[in-house]
Amino acid sequence: MSKIKMPKSAPSLDMTPMVDLAFLLVTFFILTANFRQNEAVMVKTPSSHSEKILPQNTMLITVDTGGRVFFSLDGKEVRKNLLLTMGEKYKVSFTEAEVNRFLILPQFGVPMTQLPAYIRGNEKERAAMDRASMGIPMDSVNNQLGDWIAYGWNSKKRWEAENKIPKEDGCRVAIKGDAQTDYKIIKRVIQVFQDRDLNSFQLITDMETEQIQ
Amino acid sequence: MAEIIDSGGGGGKGKHQKKRAKKHGARIDMTPMVDLGFLLLTFFVLTSQFSKPKTMEITMPVIPKDTSLQMKIEDQTALTLLLTDKQEKVYYYYGKFKPDASIIKQTNYSKDGIRKLLLERNKDVIDKVQALKEQLMKHQIADTTYKRKAMEARGDKEATFVIIKADDKAKYKNIIDIFDELSINNVDKKALVDMSPAEKKMLEFFK
Repeated sequence: MSKIKMPKSAPSLDMTPMVDLAFLLVTFFILTANFRQNEAVMVKTPSSHSEKILPQNTMLITVDTGGRVFFSLDGKEVRKNLLLTMGEKYKVSFTEAEVNRFLILPQFGVPMTQLPAYIRGNEKERAAMDRASMGIPMDSVNNQLGDWIAYGWNSKKRWEAENKIPKEDGCRVAIKGDAQTDYKIIKRVIQVFQDRDLNSFQLITDMETEQIQ
Repeated sequence: MAEIIDSGGGGGKGKHQKKRAKKHGARIDMTPMVDLGFLLLTFFVLTSQFSKPKTMEITMPVIPKDTSLQMKIEDQTALTLLLTDKQEKVYYYYGKFKPDASIIKQTNYSKDGIRKLLLERNKDVIDKVQALKEQLMKHQIADTTYKRKAMEARGDKEATFVIIKADDKAKYKNIIDIFDELSINNVDKKALVDMSPAEKKMLEFFK
């Protein structure tokens, strides 16, 4: 009996469909990509059955398990105004370079006195400061959070009015709290908002996996 | 398909025969391109964020400057939930709080606990909203009419008013859970209030 001959050349595989598929997926992911923000703190939000999606345009207050409060607000012009107003109020001056660096910071949770150092720091230093920080102070004596919120809101609303943003797309206030945060802290944050006549909030939650009935 | 028969070059075996282009297409090594493709694919898969965060909207009442303007709640419709640092228990009582007469009962956050309680308590509203939803499904009413009518039903005078009183040590998760249960059970009338010392005292019996 004759032996089965093995083909001498390596089998060639037509990769075209695979490449097509790969690039199709790449295109899909590029188009749908919504980059994860570089967050200063990790927060595990509680879950709910709500199906409402968080509006794009929000002023976000993040509260972590330890009750530390972080602030973030979008919009370059808005942030610039906000930082300068806050600097004026707390007698902290910022250089041009610092202001420009502040515009691209994702989120921060340091008191005003440490803010210039935080802005100047590189990524590693900022991460270290995030870990060591006590969050933005919000007690009644030194209510910096209240000022960030009030000036941030004013600055944002002014910008929206100038750019004729329709009211339904306007800025919202969102609270992103860790599930294990004490209610006391959340209550205080809500109170700070209410003191500034902001009475409607978005509470950020995760999708609940359990189905209703 | 039409084909042009090249009679000039093919048949004759003359000295002036032209060199023919190879018939099969030139092969390009696609491996680097594939590598790059998959690299990008991996990158985008890992960085993209699929589930957008969901949100619950709450609107707190404007704090009235004058206490006489504060809302009065009908005794019969009120249900007060007391949340404490005990993660599995919800305490509740009906009507107005009377230190000697109110009976505080307990339940839990599960499906058979608080959800069942609210379901029974708010049955009228739930039935009404359900009926409206069915009408909407059968295209008997418009979307906007449904929304308006559902809102009216939820805001009905007889509808349950849930007062949530949370201890300082309660977790944020507890509050969200309760809000979630309320929205599942079509309870629109709700308030987030502080616990009174008398109520705290009552709760100590459960410890």
